[in-house]
Amino acid sequence: MHDVLVTQRLVALFGVAVALLNFPLLALWDHDVLWLGLPLFPAALFAIWALLIGLLAWAVERPAAGVAGPH
Amino acid sequence: MLSAPLVISASFAYLLALFAIAWWADRRAQAGRSVIGNAWVYALSLAVYCSAWTYFGSVGRAAGSGVWFLPIYLGPMLAMILAWLVVRKMIRIARAYRITSIADFIASRYGKSPSLAGLVTLITVVGIVPYMALQLKGIASAYAVMTSPLGAIRTQAGPWWADSTLYFALALAGFTIVFGARHLDTTERHEGMVAAIAFESLVKLLAFLAVGLFVTYGLFGGLGDLFGRARGDDSIGRLLQFGQGQPFAYSQWAGLTLLAMLSVIFLPRQFQVMVVENVHESHLRRAVWVFPLYLLLINLFVLPIAIGGLLHFGPGQMNAEMFVLSLPLAQGWHALALFAFVGGLSAATGMVIVEAIAVSTMVCNDLVMPWLLRTKRFGARSAADLTGLLLGIRRLAILVILLLGYLYFHLAGEAYALVSIGLISFAAVAQFAPALLGGMYWKGGTRHGAMAGLLAGFLCWAYTLMLPSLAKSGWLDDGFLRDGLFGIFWLRPEALLGLGALDNLTHSLFWSLLLNIGAYVGVSLWRLPTAAEASQALLFVDVDRRSDARQPVFWQGRAQAPALQALLARFLGVERAQRLIDGYAQEQTGGTVQALVADARLVQFVETQLAGAIGSASARVMVASTVEEEALDLQDVMRILDEASQLRAYSHALEEKSVSLERATAELRQANEQLTSLDRLKDDFMSSVTHELRTPLTSIRAMAELIRDEPDMPAEQRQQFLGIVVVEAERLSRLVNQVLDMAKIEAGHAEWHNTAVDMRALLEQAAGSLAELMRERGITLSLELPEQVAPLQADADRITQVVLNLLSNAAKYAPQDGGRVRLSLQESPDGVKVQVQDNGPGVPLEQRERVFEKFRQVSGDDHYRPGGTGLGLPISRQIVERFGGRLWLEPAPGGGACFAFFLPFGAPDPAGSPS
Repeated sequence: MHDVLVTQRLVALFGVAVALLNFPLLALWDHDVLWLGLPLFPAALFAIWALLIGLLAWAVERPAAGVAGPH
Repeated sequence: MLSAPLVISASFAYLLALFAIAWWADRRAQAGRSVIGNAWVYALSLAVYCSAWTYFGSVGRAAGSGVWFLPIYLGPMLAMILAWLVVRKMIRIARAYRITSIADFIASRYGKSPSLAGLVTLITVVGIVPYMALQLKGIASAYAVMTSPLGAIRTQAGPWWADSTLYFALALAGFTIVFGARHLDTTERHEGMVAAIAFESLVKLLAFLAVGLFVTYGLFGGLGDLFGRARGDDSIGRLLQFGQGQPFAYSQWAGLTLLAMLSVIFLPRQFQVMVVENVHESHLRRAVWVFPLYLLLINLFVLPIAIGGLLHFGPGQMNAEMFVLSLPLAQGWHALALFAFVGGLSAATGMVIVEAIAVSTMVCNDLVMPWLLRTKRFGARSAADLTGLLLGIRRLAILVILLLGYLYFHLAGEAYALVSIGLISFAAVAQFAPALLGGMYWKGGTRHGAMAGLLAGFLCWAYTLMLPSLAKSGWLDDGFLRDGLFGIFWLRPEALLGLGALDNLTHSLFWSLLLNIGAYVGVSLWRLPTAAEASQALLFVDVDRRSDARQPVFWQGRAQAPALQALLARFLGVERAQRLIDGYAQEQTGGTVQALVADARLVQFVETQLAGAIGSASARVMVASTVEEEALDLQDVMRILDEASQLRAYSHALEEKSVSLERATAELRQANEQLTSLDRLKDDFMSSVTHELRTPLTSIRAMAELIRDEPDMPAEQRQQFLGIVVVEAERLSRLVNQVLDMAKIEAGHAEWHNTAVDMRALLEQAAGSLAELMRERGITLSLELPEQVAPLQADADRITQVVLNLLSNAAKYAPQDGGRVRLSLQESPDGVKVQVQDNGPGVPLEQRERVFEKFRQVSGDDHYRPGGTGLGLPISRQIVERFGGRLWLEPAPGGGACFAFFLPFGAPDPAGSPS
């Protein structure tokens, strides 16, 4: 049961990642401004990257707690 | 600048340190305390992805085009999201069938085809050798920057044998041979090598971060200062913008990401560390996020270093790829520069070592062995021991690959920028994706389909990417670039059919993958898979569904165990072969080799072991020549699969049966325990009864003897004694009656006469029959009865028995003269409740339940009253429970004991007959 849930989460996360890192959502960062002293576009890419790593770690490392049903 | 001897000795010291680590890890592995059996080490070893191309090339790319170095690392991020699903399956397949290279993986899936394995190997060698050259070039350039005056571009001069890069390549070959091809292992695992690679990953990360921190906070006043100044300069500030003054090239961005996503899995070195060297699949769980985190960290300072270099030196003044070294050198931070150089060295060596091992395994197993085994001297009929030869071929292959890399570097080294070579290699290995991924998830793919796809993709790659790059470096006439092949305009390699909207890399990737997938699917659909293809497809696609023991074995024929063992011995050595066969026999029959039946499973075992050493295609050929096989057709495959699944169903049923058997056993055991305890209770009961009977008997006998032995006893004394005899005899008969009564009730033989009972009348009657006795003892009996209660179904005699018992108990314990007993009746919707309360000593809390046990008068204290049998309360409780009610002891408000019982209106018929 847990395995199926993890699989679905990973596929969904992949979809999110592809959407965030491609046309047209990348154009959201098309502003020539500084954000906390950093250029917006590179900073946004690194922030998205870090977010994806966090979500991925959560999805694969979370113990099976809270999942109903036997294996 | 630093002196050349210093840089060289530092490099060799570093290589020696690697050597020591690899040696130590190998020793630990032999002692059974592996250092690489750890998810962190596994994750670090995956970072072999970051080669010199990352270390030096990313900064160069960032200095030229801003964030465009990032797709190469965002692709792996995407791939790692799915790795827990895809790579885990690859690991399982590789482990189950002893697959040791990507060529073997593809060949094995499509019916163990030697030609397919050879083709994959060829593509790999052609695609990877330039990439190896790139690493050597990276080291050579770094060395030149370290040892030349700043800004001076040193030209390669002097004879070829004086080139330090050649010796460096040879040293790397030596290291790789020692740790990659020292002994034969059917799993192709290299503990020492992996430990060294993980260490290298740490070194390059730390070195790059150190330079990044130095540039950001040493050279500039932090990131804000750095980027602020960059925005002040038009040409540099533009690098930080989204479109950099042009429309954003989304297709190129997506193309690069896809390319990197495929390469991070299909590059030979990545396949080697990720799949072949994997110790336990659970390590992947951590690695899928630690590896992208590593990539993020190592890329964090790429942009600051590039911008810093541009600001410091001015655009175009210095080679941006070497900013990592030239910035510390320009500031006189020589130690940091040397550390950064060592970091670059570790990036390059790590890549070269693993790639060389992976490619040499392929070359040996998939190019050389199939050819060798066809010759007379080493062929199937020969008995020559080939273990030494195998090792020799691998070592030679490693040396040749590195020398080829060096040669390529020597001839073409100055022709390209670092990044473009890397991308060309990436595009070559991306061609493996359709056949490999398709083979893992689609059972319909055939050998011809895979072959056609690979060929189409490879040729398209060569025509649209490789040849143009050669032409651009002036080795070919570049006329065909402008006018098309044979002057046909729409055959222009960088704009096939006139498709000019894409950059050349995306263009090539698009066409090659399109043709690749098209040919793979199209040709596969041309005909049904053969038996060999279908059976391998089943084994690969459904690898998750079966445990090892239940895998169907697609083989039929006759074999002899000694011949198979001899075959193993030829490639693995006599001792190893003996150990493997012994182990197998132990596992299968629990006995000796003599008892071993040379069945399909044994043949498969031998073939799998052999596949680990020489590749699945060669193993198939060797086994086929040793045993007498019957060719399988598609129907046989289906039949075997069917049998396997029937067997599985059968064993499943067996499992279920054994579970239910276990359950039955547990129930029986419980029943037995219950019986034993009941038996003990019965014994206790018997001994208690006997004891209770003996007391009155003893006194009757004593009195009777006294009367007999003293004939002249005074009459009144005789009368008194006879009175005692009568009382005791009465007690005795009461006891016997009660015991019988109890036994009857417990055994269910008691007779019950149910009638409508008016509780009020019943209680009055019972009170009346005891009123005389109470008055004699000076006890007042008070009744609290409602006017009327509804009748209930019960046996009036039995209920009277209960009430009398409770009342006589109360009379027994209430104090003489001044005792009070209260009998009350309450009606509720469900039934009636009767209470009998006295003002005697009461029952201590801890005795409350014990008074209901048989023969358990509240004894041992001052309140013990003789004359009871100890059966009254248990019998009463049994009776009340027969009518669905309860009997219990209540806490009495004014001291004393208060017994109560409740009888429901809808009582079950205790006789058990339908009412």
